[in-house]
Amino acid sequence: MKWKPGVGVERTWEIARKEALQVFRDPRARGLLFGMPLIQLMIFGYAVSTDIRNTSTFVVDHDDSRASRDLISAFAGSGYFRIVGRSDRSSDIIDALDHGRAIVGMEIPAGFEKDTGNGRGADVQLVFDGTNSNIATVSRGYAEQILQNHAASMVTMRPPIDLRERAWFNPELKSRNYNVPAIVAMIIMLICSMLTAMAIVREREVGTLEQLMVSPLRPIELIIGKMLPFAAIGIGDLVIVTAIALLWFKVPFAGSFPLLLLASLFYIMAALGMGLFLSTISKTMQEAFMSNFLIFMPMILLSGFMFPVSSMPRAFQWITLLNPVRHYLVVVRGIFLKGAGIGVLWPELIALFVMGIAIQAFAATRFHKTAG
Amino acid sequence: MSKARRILPDPMRLRAVARKEILQLRRDARSMLLAFAMPLLLLVIFGYAITWDVRNIPFGVIDRDQTRRSRDLITTFQSSGYFTLREYLDRPSEIAENLYKRREMIVFVIPPDFSRDIDAGRQAQIQAIVDGTDANTATIAISYTRAMIQTFALGNIRVSPTRSGLPIRAQSRVWFNEELKSRNMIVPGLVAVIMMIIAAILTSLTIAREWERGTMEQLAATPVTRLEVVLGKLLPYLAIGLIDVILSSLLGVLLFGVPFRGNPALLMLMSFLFLVGALGLGIFISAFARTQLVATQVAMMATYLPAYLLSGFMFPISVMPGVLRVLTYVVPARYFLVVTRGIFLKGVGLHVLYVQGIFMLIFSVIGLTLAVRGFRKELG
Repeated sequence: MKWKPGVGVERTWEIARKEALQVFRDPRARGLLFGMPLIQLMIFGYAVSTDIRNTSTFVVDHDDSRASRDLISAFAGSGYFRIVGRSDRSSDIIDALDHGRAIVGMEIPAGFEKDTGNGRGADVQLVFDGTNSNIATVSRGYAEQILQNHAASMVTMRPPIDLRERAWFNPELKSRNYNVPAIVAMIIMLICSMLTAMAIVREREVGTLEQLMVSPLRPIELIIGKMLPFAAIGIGDLVIVTAIALLWFKVPFAGSFPLLLLASLFYIMAALGMGLFLSTISKTMQEAFMSNFLIFMPMILLSGFMFPVSSMPRAFQWITLLNPVRHYLVVVRGIFLKGAGIGVLWPELIALFVMGIAIQAFAATRFHKTAG
Repeated sequence: MSKARRILPDPMRLRAVARKEILQLRRDARSMLLAFAMPLLLLVIFGYAITWDVRNIPFGVIDRDQTRRSRDLITTFQSSGYFTLREYLDRPSEIAENLYKRREMIVFVIPPDFSRDIDAGRQAQIQAIVDGTDANTATIAISYTRAMIQTFALGNIRVSPTRSGLPIRAQSRVWFNEELKSRNMIVPGLVAVIMMIIAAILTSLTIAREWERGTMEQLAATPVTRLEVVLGKLLPYLAIGLIDVILSSLLGVLLFGVPFRGNPALLMLMSFLFLVGALGLGIFISAFARTQLVATQVAMMATYLPAYLLSGFMFPISVMPGVLRVLTYVVPARYFLVVTRGIFLKGVGLHVLYVQGIFMLIFSVIGLTLAVRGFRKELG
């Protein structure tokens, strides 16, 4: 028989069909493929919020005057602080912070009304539980701001410099708008890489991979056939996540969907390639899962998903350049929030394309060696 | 059944099951890697690389004033360490482009009459345009900006001829994590997350594997009781988990300088209770799922993700919507996190943490019961 170049479309299609059947036949796996994006969306849309409001505050008021009550209601009325308790003993603050009942303690000194009235000025003690450094940093900013504004209003003075700040792209500074689009990156990586690796390794574990190898099927056809269903699921999840982000979470979508689709295809290529590569270094499904997990965690952490790349040390910033998730996130967020086009996003698109091709080529070569 | 049912596990059989599990684990290099390299990897990444501490925010300036005062203001920003000057812009139209390309995070516009207004005692204005895409960083950048402007105002402006300052002065102090390092908040929390990885991901495979390989029938045919199987499978992972707690605590303290102010023995006791519960849950999931693929995915969704996201590890529970907030009460990691942070940073003892201790105890009993129960259902 003569060796024919190219890829047999029919044989590839048959493999893809078989794989799709296998995936969708198991009701638990079926539920997983569509349930997982939904659960992740709900968790990330609702739980993963870095907006800081309603910080629990304990007030010790030694003055108990009109002035001190005005100050306390300025705090409570801001929406940033929730008064969880008040007393007139300083030690209660220590107790409340130790037990975690409050994160902020405010102590108003005796003679507060008198000192603020006669121009001497009063010192208000603010104590923050630094255990969660992020909450402490942000609420300290809010607290000092509220105190300052309140003080200025007492002497009917305007602050000497008026700062007008505006946030572009996300005017209300909702962390949801930042996090929800990024879920696409996580889900595609999980589905395309993990499921591809497991699907191939399953054949190896059960022993059917050898049968496939002696059939007229060519390795490249096997690879493409195996990957097609997961690529389709990845695209499906992209559409689902985008739809829910827009319709349910009201995340703005300022850019072009075709551009997002193009970038996603490159990214899916890279994710599938990673799955293929992991399948070549794993003998059992357990190994495949473990290695996926080992690689997946650092990739997500070093992608800018939750922790800004710009705050990382230089060396790590360089490392993140090799991480497709990082580039894809820039594209996704740029398209969703900024409406950025090719003119801005071309470096990321090129990086994704190159990585997609390179990872695929590398993994396919290895697959040939280990399987053929 | 002629023989009376044994309640207590037989130590010999227990050892046999545990030995088999250890052998299987030892042979599986990648599980071992996950058990011991993963905690190290996470510690290094969280300790060195990622942080929420915002430093060196790149900023741009449109300085229409071009006076000593406006330059002083820019210097105040630059020398604070929170901001890094990227460039001076000429036209407002450049702002959009630079924010699109993420060259700058924040751009200040100083109007032409800035220093004239200050000298005349009028209110001067400054505009700040922030890239709000990353809401958290943007919020912090804005609050730093306010602080910088206040610093500048104090040094350059007399509030009024008669008064030396505003009537209220804020005296802020931070406790437990005095320098506000996100590392100090993350390392103790990481201990909880690592334990969940060990417990859920590693054990989720153990029973599903027996099902898939068909060794379950063989196991069922032996005289080993359910409790013996569950305990035998649990013991090796318990040991790994406790070693990981010690390892990551030591590294956190020695390498990253995280304070450890409480009682190490209390930490070990609480970790033990937490691990028993989490491992039991992992075995239950494994018995229920039957295939390794489903078991791992369910384990991730049911234990690992909640431990990460719904425990208060990084995201404050207080701002979650009501339904989710209620849900966090059944996330065991939530209680364990209070324990680790309490012991590491606050140095509190059992008189504060007894509530969490009771929850841990309940959790471990539920976990074990589920594991034994779930196992029986499959065998019958």
